[in-house]
Amino acid sequence: MADDRTLAEMLRAQGITRRGFLKFCATTASMMALSPAMVPKIAAALENARRPSVIWLSFQECTGCTESLTRSHSPTIEKLIFDVISLDHHHTLMAASGEAVDEALNEAMEENFGKYILIVDGSIPVGNPAYSTVSGISNLDMLKHAAEGAAAIVSVGTCAAYGGLPYASPNPTGAASVEDIIKDKPIINVPGCPPIPVVITGVLAQFLTFGKIPELDSLGRPMAFYGQNIHDRCYRRPFYERGQFAETFDDEGAKKGWCLFKLGCKGPITYNACATTKWNEGTSWPVESGHGCLGCSQPNFWDMGGFYRALSMPTVDLANKAGIGLAAGAAIGVAAGALNRGKKAKAVREHETVTVDDLEKGA
Amino acid sequence: MNEVDFLLWVRGPGLAIASIIFVLGMTVKMFEIFMLGRKKNLAELRGSGIKEGFRTIITRSGHVDTYSTRNTRFTHIAGWVFHIGLFTAIFLLAPHIEVFKSIVGFAWPALPTPIIDFATVIAMITMLAMLFHRITNPVLKYLSTGQDFVVWALTFLPLLTGYMAYHHLFFSYTLVLGLHILSVCLLLVFFPFTKLTHAVTLFFARWYNGMMAGEKGVQQ
Repeated sequence: MADDRTLAEMLRAQGITRRGFLKFCATTASMMALSPAMVPKIAAALENARRPSVIWLSFQECTGCTESLTRSHSPTIEKLIFDVISLDHHHTLMAASGEAVDEALNEAMEENFGKYILIVDGSIPVGNPAYSTVSGISNLDMLKHAAEGAAAIVSVGTCAAYGGLPYASPNPTGAASVEDIIKDKPIINVPGCPPIPVVITGVLAQFLTFGKIPELDSLGRPMAFYGQNIHDRCYRRPFYERGQFAETFDDEGAKKGWCLFKLGCKGPITYNACATTKWNEGTSWPVESGHGCLGCSQPNFWDMGGFYRALSMPTVDLANKAGIGLAAGAAIGVAAGALNRGKKAKAVREHETVTVDDLEKGA
Repeated sequence: MNEVDFLLWVRGPGLAIASIIFVLGMTVKMFEIFMLGRKKNLAELRGSGIKEGFRTIITRSGHVDTYSTRNTRFTHIAGWVFHIGLFTAIFLLAPHIEVFKSIVGFAWPALPTPIIDFATVIAMITMLAMLFHRITNPVLKYLSTGQDFVVWALTFLPLLTGYMAYHHLFFSYTLVLGLHILSVCLLLVFFPFTKLTHAVTLFFARWYNGMMAGEKGVQQ
């Protein structure tokens, strides 16, 4: 665990060439939208970076985020970079079990107090902590304890970042996100269901390179990876502009690869790197495979009114609401109309007629 | 409340509240208007009032009397241009048609977005020109009330926020889309209680005009 070698030494020990390493730095720089002049700086920073201790806590989650990371096509240089990070504690990946796990956590926290990176995936059941515990310790207590000595927290996946699926209505466990609970530490949200592997490693590389948390958007996501709108970067965008839409998943439009907006694509409100980075080593991404974007890197994506409902459609039954308005309006309208008629009749009744004679008398 | 919560609120509860107020308000208004009734026509009928009524709804829009409109030509032309732009933007953009489809159950063909974009810009420019005209023309200025400016803003905001949303101007699309729907909610809420009701009452008013003229045997 206590390994003082630098990242560069670690990588060389694992057979990564200098050329391969620089290639990774260049890729990272371009992903973060940095100028090529930054590549040597990234390389220098990474080369001299000490192996940072990383503690990974898994709460109410499906392990999809870990799967995403570990199933990055092996061996990628990203994966190796991740290997050389001192992942001191990971509920799912560590070989140890039982008390040894708790010891590993405490040891890592004590040794690197104030310096370790805390990665969290999964939401925290605050309503009833019993829904998710590890060794009898509630997720809430474990998060608070682990956050105390963390240099920064990375919320991996939409559950940790915004509550995700457990948070979906009616939120039976009272799920909360990390930023709902921890207020005094820098938090980087890396949402996605799951996040793109290269984005997870990219954020860590960025943190190691610059020693500070990257520029974040209003939802706490690194601008470098979440600054782009899916709809803006979508290769199907020209079909949207032309008004050519797939109406069903097997019609002519779908076969021709037309826009999936009407089939519920949430691309226009989703910020993520899928359209450019793609998945499985750049093979494809959801829209390319013929399914609309679910908006998984956005808060509440599960409650967006249905995955197959067009984004512009109301999430409530407006025809039904119009019916309510019509019924109530008719009742009030009849009453108001009757009242007006009454007023009118009264005015007619009380109208005093005047004859020419009356007028002459007055004069 | 973050921008996503905001968008979800305006797309759901917000829009529901606005729709109920809109339909309720318009229904009350219609009952009030129709229940007032009309005086019985005691004169002998000289033609079909009903037929002339329907005819006038259409002919009054198409007829341009160059003499009587000589002083209001700008208002006439700008009014036409603005309304065509507005209707194109509201009813012929694919995402809007999806909204109507979710209410009425059927859809109609959409126009490509560059055309909608053009119509929106034309509508906005015309509205700005009409606002300028309103505040510079002495007669119009004298006739204008606060409501005229409120109604102008209520109509202008959905166009502006829609344009901003499409072009991703200033804020994230999520927030601007939320603002766009919110502006439509506001329009719906104020619609029944302002002169925006002309969009509906115009047809009844014209029908009555035509009917009365028809019953008197006015030759067209």
